[in-house]
This record gives sequence, C-alpha cells and structure tokens, in this order.
Amino acid sequence: MTAESKPETKPEMKSDILDEIDSKLKGVITDSKVQRERRLVITIDGKDIVKVCQTLFDMGFDHLSNISGVEYEDRFESVYHIWSYSNKNLVTVKAVLPKKEPEKQPEIDSVTSIWRSANWHERETYDLMGIRYKGHPNLTRILNPDDFEGHPLRKSFKLVENPWYDEK
Amino acid sequence: MEAVIKKIKTRNPNEMIINIGPQHPSTHGVARLVTRLDGERAVKIEPVIGYLHRGIEKLAENRNYVQFLPITDRLDYVSSITNNMVYVQAVEEILGIDVPERAEYIRIIMLELQRLASHLLFVGTFGADVGAWTVLMYGFRERERILDLLEMVTGQRLLYTYIWFGGVRYDLPEGFVEQCRKTVDALPSYFDDYEEYFYNNEVFLGRCRGIGILKKKDAINMGVTGPNLRACGVEYDIRKIDPYSIYDRFDFKVCTQKEGDTLARFNVRMAEMRESVKIIQQALDNLPEGDYKANTPKFLKPPQGEVYSRVESPRGELAVHLISDGVNRNPYRLKIRSPAFCNLSAFPAFAEGDIIPDVIVNFASIDIVLGEIDR
Amino acid sequence: MDIIEIIMGILKNPLVKSAIGAIGIITFLSLNVLFLTWLERKLIARVQIRYGPNRAGKFGLLQPIADGAKLITKEDIIPKKADKPVFILAPAVGFLFAVLPAVSIPLAGGLIVSDLNIGVLYIVAVASLSTIAIIMAGWGSNNKYTLLGGMRAVGQSLSYEIPLVLSIIGIIIFVGSLSMTEIVDAQKNIWFVFLQPIGFLVFFVAAIAEMGRIPFDLPESESELVAGFHTEYSGMRFALLLFAEYIHMVVAVALMVALFFGGWYLPVISTFISSMSGIVPVILEAGIFIVKMYIIIVILMWIRATLPRIKITQMIGIGWKVLIPIALLNILITSFVLVVLK
Repeated sequence: MTAESKPETKPEMKSDILDEIDSKLKGVITDSKVQRERRLVITIDGKDIVKVCQTLFDMGFDHLSNISGVEYEDRFESVYHIWSYSNKNLVTVKAVLPKKEPEKQPEIDSVTSIWRSANWHERETYDLMGIRYKGHPNLTRILNPDDFEGHPLRKSFKLVENPWYDEK
Repeated sequence: MEAVIKKIKTRNPNEMIINIGPQHPSTHGVARLVTRLDGERAVKIEPVIGYLHRGIEKLAENRNYVQFLPITDRLDYVSSITNNMVYVQAVEEILGIDVPERAEYIRIIMLELQRLASHLLFVGTFGADVGAWTVLMYGFRERERILDLLEMVTGQRLLYTYIWFGGVRYDLPEGFVEQCRKTVDALPSYFDDYEEYFYNNEVFLGRCRGIGILKKKDAINMGVTGPNLRACGVEYDIRKIDPYSIYDRFDFKVCTQKEGDTLARFNVRMAEMRESVKIIQQALDNLPEGDYKANTPKFLKPPQGEVYSRVESPRGELAVHLISDGVNRNPYRLKIRSPAFCNLSAFPAFAEGDIIPDVIVNFASIDIVLGEIDR
Repeated sequence: MDIIEIIMGILKNPLVKSAIGAIGIITFLSLNVLFLTWLERKLIARVQIRYGPNRAGKFGLLQPIADGAKLITKEDIIPKKADKPVFILAPAVGFLFAVLPAVSIPLAGGLIVSDLNIGVLYIVAVASLSTIAIIMAGWGSNNKYTLLGGMRAVGQSLSYEIPLVLSIIGIIIFVGSLSMTEIVDAQKNIWFVFLQPIGFLVFFVAAIAEMGRIPFDLPESESELVAGFHTEYSGMRFALLLFAEYIHMVVAVALMVALFFGGWYLPVISTFISSMSGIVPVILEAGIFIVKMYIIIVILMWIRATLPRIKITQMIGIGWKVLIPIALLNILITSFVLVVLK
C-alpha cells in the first residue's frame, strides 16, 4: 500500500450545521463526525429515524439522495444520504438496526411521508437487503421478480454456480 | 396474476390496462409501463423495472476493486466514462490517492465528451419518439464524431474502462488535441442546425410545450436530479455546487429553465451541450504536461472507510456509497445511486392524466438508461 | 368473319372491357407502388444523410422485388386469439378499397376505365371505405395496440373526410359537373390550384391525413403504438396492407392532380399534343399526368422526412376547428364570386 493519506485538514466551515443538528436532536444522536468538508455523518438508533429526518427536512435538507442498506456482523444499517439545496451540505444518517435473529427482517419506519423519493429507494433496499420499512405505501420487490426468494445483498445469500453450458 | 396488475386494475369497463414495454420502440431498453387507459388517456402509470437486473452490487462484493471497474461501464452504457469516474473517485477518496494534474484535465475532457455523446443520443432519440426520424440520424452523425475521438484514446466505442485509479488508463495519443479541437469547435454550428430545425417547427413545439409539467417543489421532493431538475428552475449542478475533480477551475454556466415541461427539459440539454464544448475547449487550452497516472499498486486494498462520492452524470446525480472493511480486497458494500432510477420514480407523477403520445414524449424527455436503473 | 373483327367484337363487350381495365389499373398501380417504395427509401435516406438501399441491382432498384420475395416466403402468423375471418379479410378489403377509386380517375383524354357522371362523389365515397379495413385489422388482431390504432383511424377518418369533400365543392360549383373528365377539361386554360388556392390547401392537408402519412400517421405511429393497426400482421398479409397504403397514396395524389393541377394539361405543350393523332397524344398526356403525380409524391416524401408526428388531439382539433371552417368559407367565397360574375 503506497497510497499516502491526505494531510488532515480541519473541516471547520460546516461545523455550525452540525452544532445545530446536535442541539436540536440532543440525546438522539449516538455518534457524529465531520468526514470532510460538506460531509457530516451522524449515527442514530433505528427507532428515531422519522424524528431525525423530519428535523433535518425542516432545517432545509430537502433532497434525499440515496438510501442504502448495509449488513454488518452484528447489525443492519439503513443509511440515508441527504443533501440540502439551500445550505449545500450532505448529511449521512446511519440508522442502526440490531440484528437479533439473523434471518429475520429488521424493521424501521418509512420516510416516504417526508420525501417521496424514498419510495423506490426503500423498495429497493427491502428487495435486496430485506429491511422492512413500516408504513411504506407499496413495499414490494422492485428489481427482482415477485416470486424471488431471499435477499441477494445479504451476506448469507450464496451465489449459485450456474454454468452457462450444459455439463452433461 | 401479477401484483402490479392486481394493484392497478379497476372494475370500470371503460378502462383497459396496457403494457407499454418491456418490448416497445419508445422505452429505450426494457422498461415497462403498466398503464391504465381511459380511451387514449393514461389514468394511472406504474413503471415496472428489473428486466435488466444483473446484480451489479452483489458482483462488486465478489470481485476486487480493479476487477469491478469494467463492470461499472455496464451501468449506464451510454455514458460509461462517467460511471468509471464515480467509482474511481470513491476508491481514490478512501485510499487518499492524489491524481496528477494532467490526468485531471484528461478526465475532464473525456467526461465532457461523454456528456456530449450522451446528450446527442438524447436529442436523436427524442426526435425519433416525437416522430422525426431524420433528427435521429443527425444526432447519431455528430455522436459518431465524438465516438471517434473516444475510440482514438481508448480503443473502444461504447464501454471504455478508461478512468483508472490515480489517473487515466492511457495517455492521450498523438494528434488527439488537434483532432479534438477541430471536432469540438465545429459542434456549435451543428447545434445551431438542430435549434433551427426544432424551434422553427410548430409541430415539434406543439408536441412538447406545456406537456408533463413538473413543479420545482415536487421535483426536489421526488429526488429528480440532473437536466430534469434544472428544467424546473433549480440551479443544481454538482460540477458547480459541490465541485469534484477540477471542475471549479472552469468557466461554464449552469443551464436552467423555468417551465419544467418537456420542452424545458429538451432545452436544458441543448444548452448544456454548448457548455460542455466550452469546458472542453478550456481544458484543451490548459492541458499541462506530466504524468497521466499516479503510481498506484496493481492490487488495491483500501483501509477501512466509508465514502459517498457523487458526480454529475448526463442524467443527473450519480453517486456511489462505498464501504471498505480494510480486510478484504473486495468492496464490503457498494451501493450505486443511479439518477435515472430516481427520475423514473417521479415519472408517473407528471405523466399521469396525459394521452399516450404525451406519455411517450414525457418518457423520452427524462432520458433514462435501463442499464443504470436495473443495475 | 375476319379474326380481327372478332377480337374487336370481344373487346367491345363491356365485361371484357372492364376486365382489361381492372388488370390495367392493378398493373399500373402495382408497378408504381414498387417503384415508390424504392423512391421513398432512397429519398428519405438522402435527407437523413444515409445511402438507402444500394445492394440489390443498380442503385438498389431491385430492392422492392427482394422485399416482396421475402415477405411472400415468410411464415403467415395468425394470433391464436384473433378474430380469424376479420383478421384474414382486412388486408384484402384494404387493397380492394384502395384500388377501386382509381376506376374513375382519368390518366389522359379518354384513358379512363369508367367515366362515371358522379365520378368525384364515387371516388370520395369509396376512398373513405378503406378506413374499414384499418378498423377490421385493429379489431381482428385482438391486440390493444392495434385496437387503439383502429380507434385513431376512425377519429381521423371522421374529422378529415368532411373537409376533404367540402374542399372539392368549390371546384364542382365552378365546373357544374361531377364527372372527372369534365373537371379536367375545365382546366384547359387555368388550373384550379390558382382559382381555388384555399380549397387546394384544405384538400392537401386533408388528403395527407387520409393517406395516413407523417405528420398524420397516427393509426400506425410506431413510437407510440408499436406499429398501430398492423402490429400483428406478418408476411404476405403485412405486404398487402403496406401495398394498400401506397396505392392509397398514389390514388389520392392522382385525384389531386386531376382536380387541381389540370390533369394531363400543360399550358403550351397541350396545344401541340392536341394537333397530333393516333395513340401518341394519349401516351404523352399520360406521361404529363404521371410526372405531375411524381412531383407531388416527392413533396409528400419530403414532408415525411422533415416533420414530426402531431398528436391525436391536435389532429382532430385541426380537422374540426381549422379545416372545416376554412373549407366552408371557401365555398361561400366561390359561390359569391360566381354569382357576382354572372
């Protein structure tokens, strides 16, 4: 590994936004950091997601760029990337969902009532990662067919060798 | 019965359900619009996607960082260099690689050439969807010249795999700068031709004006990005607002329109092509000498980290959410935020209630590529 | 009896005469259509900076024959759920009603199969029946796209038949006869396109709509309805539908030439021709007629290569809100002028 790490620059300009978020969501945020300029990452508990998102939305974070589901050994994360057209910051909200029974679908509240763009993102995350969004208007599979079994992006989903030729 | 049909069905005998796609001349691939029609009017539209789903995000977890790069080409196959860029940029950010100056300029040139090629394809296919097949040929003619340039550099015409970790894959060949300048300088006169054709054509204007109006507020809320958002009057271009690479050094306008209708979406793209030409000209003027690639190892093993990297693709905000666990040589998780996916999700909101010809024109105007939607 | 007399006797028989006429018309139209398919592809290709067909024969002139051979040898597919009799009959009906109007269009002085005294009325009436074939094809295929195509064809026919007829009335008032020969003869000195410019414009637009060509090709608009009413057709039936469409165009253009462009008359040359005798003037006159036809056809192809398609609501709007009032106005002005002059 020859890649040298960049010199650490203190991303100072946007910390006031972080302070504002911190003050508004006291006790909800379990971890927060400024990744680099204009990139804030906050970690929250899954059950607070609607509250956090509504607060952010009211602060001017009006563009839900992406939702991605991530599976770790001990937890699931539903990650929201939210951009603000007015103050030009990207907040990454990581909602942590504990993984108690590995095969069970974790549940989190849907944010479709705040951003309509969440609709398809949540469907996709449900389809591929198996995170169930409560209150979603139409939580069905989107990329895979209706009768597909399992959730492909789970680490437990094994890829089957399917030779394209007939081995017989 | 399929779930989507069950959802959309009514008991009204005057209405029928029609599948526009997956095989249809105007769906630009394998999109399917399940549409409930009352006569010619589309009362309800439900896009069904996934016919081109190749599980690229899963593939990423099973390949190392270098192996996955060619697969990114297959996302948005109309502008594959942009996909290379967003992925490479994410990996570079985790690794902390610095890109040589010359490579940055080459990247800009290639990205903008790619944007031109993509928009020219849009202009052509949009013409075809309106019924003007001649424009298709004209759009392809100019696109061909740009593909020639790209072929000169990369040896490929569609899937380039050109942008590499820490730079670009090959240096610019001899004579490229002159050739590129010649082609690019000639382009605005062709754009004049298009504008003359389109804007003097009452039939065309009648087809596009006031059709499929998307309001600014709705567009933002539904996650529409790119030219479609700028057509609603939001001055949002990641190249300008949140600059990546060296876009902050270039002088170009963010093209916007107020109306938010089909014609505005078309206009934005026409205007953007001129801006791209400007960027390329500036980049060619200032192209420095030096390395085209940083000295990066053959096998990459990024440290633990998580990054969300975004670029402005011809279709909008293309982003990659990359997580590296620092142990494997494969990405731990790679999520691709595809602009066309979000733009399509907003499509029913402004197309419902229109008659079929308008639905088709609306659909053409949001400029989707199925490779990117279905991943 | 002399053998020549016998032959002449047989030829005088009305049944034989019409049989020869029918064969003549179908041959004439078919040859024209074969050439037109080539011409259209070539012309549009040139507009679109392509080469067009250039492999089969010189300049690709044998391309229509190659296409025909391909279509004939293709498998004839009838969809399982199709309404079989309707589905099978539709192309034949389309072909029939496309050819029928040609019966009373004069190609040259005396070169007409049947000079009906209600010629114009007959042509317009029969030509409008070809819509039935499109509806039959649309319904019989049992496909939603074809059905929509058929529906559009009805709307189109309803809204453009009326201005088409109204635009001709001006001429009929002038001539005072419905016979095609008399109408053409009335244009010996001045063509009706100069006397009836408004009527001509209405007729031109309505005729393009009747032919179903771009910008009015809504029943088969390929980017919206896949292929419209002939989505489910293949092989020979498809060829027949396509053939009918081209014949429709040839007939409509022939009608346009006869009504507005003086048929076989040309200002100076016609006086020379009329001084000749035998079969030569007929051939020359037919030649003039065909040249005029082809000029208009090229213009139609040019329009097709440049204009986008309009949409169904706009189209019906143009028919009812623009063309019909203009056509009515034209009749009013024509009648008024004639009354004043007399």
